[in-house]
Amino acid sequence: MPNMSKTKVAIPEQEPAVRARNFEEVSLGYTEEMAVEEATRCLNCPKKPCVSGCPVGVRIPEFIKKITERDFEGAYEIIHSTSSLPAVCGRVCPQESQCEGQCVRGKAKGAEPVGIGRLERFAADWHMQHSDAPVQKPESNGHKVAIVGGGPAGLTCAGDLAKLGYEVTIFEAFHVAGGVLMYGIPEFRLPKAIVQKEVENLKAMGVNIMTNMVVGKVFSVDELMEQGFEAVFVGSGAGLPRFMGIEGESLIGVCSANEYLTRINLMKGYKEGYDTPVLKSKAVAVCGGGNVAMDAARSALRMGAEHVYIVYRRSEDEMPARKEEVHHAKQEGVEFLTLQNPVKILGDENGRVRAAVCQKMELGEPDASGRRRPIPIEGSEYELEVDTVIMSIGTSPNPLIRTTTKGLEANKHGCLVVDENMMTTKEGVYAGGDAVTGAATVILAMGAGKSAAKSIDEYIQNKSK
Amino acid sequence: MFQIVRKKVLNPSVTLMEFNAPYIAAKVKAGQFIIFRVDEQGERVPLTVADSNPEKGTITLIFQVVGRSTMKLNALNEGDSILDLVGPLGIPTEIPENAKKICVVGGGVGCAIAYPQAKSLHKAGLQVDVIAGFRSKDIVILEDEFKQCCDELILCTDDGSYGQKGFVTNALQERIDNGIQYDAVIAIGPVPMMKFVCKVTEKYNIPTIVSLNPIMVDGTGMCGGCRVTVDGKIRYACVEGPDFDGHKVDFDELMHRNGTFREREADCRMMALADKA
Repeated sequence: MPNMSKTKVAIPEQEPAVRARNFEEVSLGYTEEMAVEEATRCLNCPKKPCVSGCPVGVRIPEFIKKITERDFEGAYEIIHSTSSLPAVCGRVCPQESQCEGQCVRGKAKGAEPVGIGRLERFAADWHMQHSDAPVQKPESNGHKVAIVGGGPAGLTCAGDLAKLGYEVTIFEAFHVAGGVLMYGIPEFRLPKAIVQKEVENLKAMGVNIMTNMVVGKVFSVDELMEQGFEAVFVGSGAGLPRFMGIEGESLIGVCSANEYLTRINLMKGYKEGYDTPVLKSKAVAVCGGGNVAMDAARSALRMGAEHVYIVYRRSEDEMPARKEEVHHAKQEGVEFLTLQNPVKILGDENGRVRAAVCQKMELGEPDASGRRRPIPIEGSEYELEVDTVIMSIGTSPNPLIRTTTKGLEANKHGCLVVDENMMTTKEGVYAGGDAVTGAATVILAMGAGKSAAKSIDEYIQNKSK
Repeated sequence: MFQIVRKKVLNPSVTLMEFNAPYIAAKVKAGQFIIFRVDEQGERVPLTVADSNPEKGTITLIFQVVGRSTMKLNALNEGDSILDLVGPLGIPTEIPENAKKICVVGGGVGCAIAYPQAKSLHKAGLQVDVIAGFRSKDIVILEDEFKQCCDELILCTDDGSYGQKGFVTNALQERIDNGIQYDAVIAIGPVPMMKFVCKVTEKYNIPTIVSLNPIMVDGTGMCGGCRVTVDGKIRYACVEGPDFDGHKVDFDELMHRNGTFREREADCRMMALADKA
C-alpha cells in the first residue's frame, strides 16, 4: 500500500542553536522505520523520471523498493552498482534539481517529492554500519590507467575502471585523497570519516592511491604515459580562487573561501590539538552566494563568530546555493545582506580588517548568465563592521596541467576542451569534472568520471585489437 | 612516510635533515621548495630545498627551529619518519640571460637557500660571489660548502665576531663602490634584508631576484594564502614564485601579512618552553 502523505517523513536534525556551535552532522539520518515509511511514498512509476534526472543513472525505484522490503543491503548494492560514492551523494547532491526535481509525487501543489536523497543516504549508512563483507577485487586485465586528481571525478573514474579489471593509480596532490570532499565540504555536511571509508573501499578494489604527487611538477602527463599508463584521466578540479581586486584585500583578515575551508576541513583547524591556525573572528562577511559561501559562513559560526553575514550582489532568488543550505544557514543565524557588494575593505591601525564598505545594488537587465545584472546605487555605501572578509566569488581551473602538457587545449576560462567521449585534444588523455566545466557539483564530476571510464575502456580495448 | 636518513645540528637554532624522497630528488631544481607535515595534527609547512641527491634519492632541508612545526620536526632523529613531503613546488630560479657574474646574498638561515643557488650557478660555469651574513659567529653555517662553490666568499657578522663586521648590504655596497660589476644579484633571507639589498641594487639597475616566504597552506595555487603584490598585481608565490623581481615586490605588505598568526605563534612557543621546563 503506497504511503500517500504529501510530505516527506521528517528527518531528525540537530537544533539550529546547538549545531551552529559544533561540527557534527546537521542531519541525523532516518531510522529504519522512517526509511521504510518514506520509501512507501514511491509509486514505482514505469517512466522513472527520477532516473533520467540522475547524472550517474542510479536505479532509484529499484533501490527504494528494496527498502520497502527491508532489504537494506540490497538497496545499497543497487545504488553502488552505478555510484561509487553512495554515502556522499545522499548528503551533498542537489536532489531538488535532479532526481527529486523530476519525481511525480512532487508535482502536485504543496506536495513534496519522495525523499530520494534521504533514502540513498540511509541505505549507504546502513551498509557502512552493518556490512563487513569484504570488497571484491576484480582480476587484472593487464592494462594501466593513471588518474590525475583524487576528487569525485577521479575517484569515480578509478572505481569504474577498477571494476573492469584495470590497474589504476590515482596521483593526488594533497596528503589525502578526496578533493573537495575533504577540503571544501564541511564536516557537518559530509563527515570526513565517511569520505575516507569510501576511499578505503576503492583501495580494497585494487585502486592504488599515491598522495603528495603533484602532476605537472613531480611528473608531467607525458612522463606518466612514458611510464606505461595507456590512458590518463585528468580530474584536477577548479581550485584556483578569485579575488575581487578591491582596496584592502591584502589586509590581515581577508582570505579566500578555499583557504578558510581548507584550514578547517582538511587541516582540522577547528579541533583542539591540531596545529593549523584559523583566523579568530568576531564578525565575518562572506562575499558570495553559492554553496561554498554557505559552507564558509556556517563554518565561521562554528568557529565562534558572533555575527556572520552573507554579502551578495543580487537578490536571494538569484543565489546559486541550494535552498536547503540557505535554509540551514538562516536557521543557524547567518544574516543575509543581499543586493549589496563590498567596494573597499578598511583596516585598523594594526593593518587588520575593521570594516567592509558595502554598496547597495538594484537589479537591471539580464546579463550573459541570464540573471538580472546588479547596478550600484550611488551614494549608498556604508561600513559593515567586521574583522574578517572571506571571498567566495568563484574558482577556476588550476593552470598547472594545461601549462605543462603539450597539446592540451583549454578555453578562455582555463577549462580543458573535451569531445563527446571526454577525450581532450591530446590522444589518450581524458578529462572531466570541474577541470572541464569550471566549478560545479560533486555529482556532475562523478557523472563525468563515469563517462570517461567507459570511453577509456573502449579506447584501450580498441587499441589492443 | 618519508624517512630521515641524516640529521646534523648546524647550530643551536638551525638543523639540517636529509630525507628519503626519490621522486622529489629526481626532479627538484635550485629555488624550488617542498611542503612537509610531521604528523596527523601537523601543519603543512613550506621549506626551500637546500640540496638534493638524485642517485641516493634524497633531499636536504635546512631549517630554523623557531615555531611549533619546526620544533616538532627537530625532535625527530635519523631513522624516524615524517608523514608527508610534497614537491618540487614553485618555479626554479631563472637568472637573466647572458649573465656572467652573479652575487648571491644570503642572510641568516636564508643562506641555506642561497647555497643551492650558488652551487648550481657555479656548476653552470658562471662567476659567483657569495655574501653571507649572520648575527654572530656561533650561528654561521655552511661556510665550507660555500667556499667550494663560489669564486669569493664574504662572510659578515653583525657584531664583528667573525669575518667582516656589518650587514650584507654594507658588504655589497662596498664591492659595487670598488668597481665590481654584477650582472644580477640573488638575495635570500629575512624580508627586511631582501628589501634593503634591493634598495642598494636599485640605484645601479642591477637585476635582483628575491625568494619570498609568505604563509602557505597547500602550495599548489588553490588557496591564495601566499598572495604577494609584485608590480601592483596579485601573484601567488607558490606557483609563480617563490622568486620574483625584487625591485617590484611590496616587501612591507609581505612583512605585515606574515604576522597574521603572530599571537598564536607566540603562545605555541611559550607552551613549548613550558613543556621543556
